[in-house]
Amino acid sequence: MLWFSLLVLIPLVAVIITASSGGWSAFASQLGNEQTASAIWLTIRAAVVVTLINVVIGTVIAWVLVRDRFWGKGLLEVIIDIPFALPTIVAGLVLLSLYGAESPLGLHLANTSMSVYLALAFVTLPFVVRMVQPVLEELDADVEEAAASLGASRFTTFRRIILPSLAPAIAAGAALSFARGMGEYGSLVLLSGNLPFKSEVASVRILSAIENDNPEGAAAIAAMLLVVSLLVIVVLDLIQRRMVRRG
Amino acid sequence: MAETRRAPRTPLTYVLRLVVIAYLCLLVAWPVVLVGWNAFHVPDVGFTTEAFAGIFSDPQMMHAIRLTCIAAVVATLINLVFGVSISLLLVRTEFPGKRILSALIDLPLSVSPIVVGLALVLVYGGRDGWFGPALESAGIQVIFSTPGIIMATAFVSLPLVIREVIPVLEEIGTEQEQAAASLGASSWQTFWRITLPGIKWAVVYGVVLTLARSLGEFGAVKVVSGNVLGQTRTATLAVEEKYLNFDQQGAYAVAFLLASVSVVCILIVFVLRARGARVR
Repeated sequence: MLWFSLLVLIPLVAVIITASSGGWSAFASQLGNEQTASAIWLTIRAAVVVTLINVVIGTVIAWVLVRDRFWGKGLLEVIIDIPFALPTIVAGLVLLSLYGAESPLGLHLANTSMSVYLALAFVTLPFVVRMVQPVLEELDADVEEAAASLGASRFTTFRRIILPSLAPAIAAGAALSFARGMGEYGSLVLLSGNLPFKSEVASVRILSAIENDNPEGAAAIAAMLLVVSLLVIVVLDLIQRRMVRRG
Repeated sequence: MAETRRAPRTPLTYVLRLVVIAYLCLLVAWPVVLVGWNAFHVPDVGFTTEAFAGIFSDPQMMHAIRLTCIAAVVATLINLVFGVSISLLLVRTEFPGKRILSALIDLPLSVSPIVVGLALVLVYGGRDGWFGPALESAGIQVIFSTPGIIMATAFVSLPLVIREVIPVLEEIGTEQEQAAASLGASSWQTFWRITLPGIKWAVVYGVVLTLARSLGEFGAVKVVSGNVLGQTRTATLAVEEKYLNFDQQGAYAVAFLLASVSVVCILIVFVLRARGARVR
C-alpha cells in the first residue's frame, strides 16, 4: 500500500497540484497555447477515429478467430499480441520500414498526420479483440439458432442477438484503446516527425515543455490526459460491474 | 470447442477472413518481418551480421542492454511480490476504499508514459521535487539515475501480474485454504503450500508479460533517465538515438533484438495457455 502510494498515487497527485498551482487562468492559458491546442486536438481526433476503426475491425477479428477455422489461425493469434508486447519505439521503427521513405509499397506516410493514425491503429489493435474474444467464445449458439429458425436473417440475428451481448466488451475495449491512443508517445517519435500543427501529439508537447524547463505547462497537459485516463477507468469499472451482474 | 455448432460457410465467411488477414498483414506482420530483414540485409552488400557484431563490440551499447535487463528484472521482481500480495488483499479481504483501489490499479495501463515520467520527476526530481532534495542530501539520486528508471518501469508494468492473478484467485475460492488452516497450518504455510500452487500459472503469465513490457518501456524512461550515454541510456533509447543519427542498420539490429525478446515472450504465454486449455 505504501509502495503503491509512493510509486503511483503521490506522483500523480503532484501532477495535478503543479498544474493547478497557477490557478485556473494559468492552466487555461497553458492549454490555450495555439501549438498545444492543435496538438491536443489532433490527439483527440486520432484517438477517436482509431477507436472507431478498432470497434469495427476488432469485432470482426474476434469473430473470425472464434467462429472461423482455417490453417494459420494460431499464427494470427500470436500476431494480435505483437503490438502489445513490442517496445513502442520498435513499433515506430517497424511501421517506418513499411510506410516510411523506403516503403516497398510506395506509400510514404512518415511525417504526415496520417502517420499518427497509423501508429495508434498499430498499438491499440489488441484491446477490442482481446476483450470481445472471450465473450464471443462463451456466447450460447442456441439463441442464434433459435433466431435463425424463426426466420431471422443472419444480419438480424447479428444485430439483435449477438451485438447486444458483445456491447459491454466492445465498449470496454474501446475505452482502453481510446486511453492508450490519447497517451501514445513511443511509436510516434520516429514515425510522425513531430511537426508542430501537423503531426505533433499531446505527449510530445508535454516532453518538449519538460525539456524547455516549463513544468507548469507540462503538468497542465499531463493533468488533462490524466483526467481522460481517470474517466476511462471509471467507465471500465462501471462496465465490468454491469457485466458481472448480468453474468 | 463449439466444433459442432459452427455456422455454415458462406461467401461472407471468406470475405471476413480475407479482410482480417489482409489488415493484420499490412499493419503488423509485414512491417515486423521487414525489420528482421533490414537488420540483416544491407543494400548493395547483401546479408550480413555486421550490425550485430557492431552492437556486441560497442561497450556503451552493451552497457545500455545491461541497464535495460537490470531495470526490467528488478521491476519485474518488485511487481511480482507487490502484485501477488495486493491481489490477495483485494480478493481475500474487505476494507473501505477497496473498490477505488482496484480501479486505481488499472490506472498505469491507461496513463501516458510521458505523464508517468513527469509525475515521477515532479516528486523525486533532485532540484525541486517534493522528496527529491531530501533524498539527494541522503545520498540517493532517483531521477537521472537507475532507481528512477526502475520506478518508471515498475509503474508502467504494475497491473499486469495483478490482472492475471485476481481472476484465478477468485475462481479457486477459499475452501482448500480454510481446510489447511483448520488442520493447523500457519497462514504462511497455507500460502506457500495451497494458494501459491493454485495461482502458479497466472503468476508465470503475469511475470512474462511484465518482463516483456519492462524491457521495452520507452516514454517514461526517456523522461526520468536523462539519456546519459554509457550511464542511463537504455536499449530502447539507443534505438531512437541510433536512428536519428542515421545509423539505421544499428537501430534495426537493436530493434530486432528487442522485438525477438517480446515475440518469444508472447510465444511462451501462447504455448502455456494452449497447454493449460488442453489440461482443463
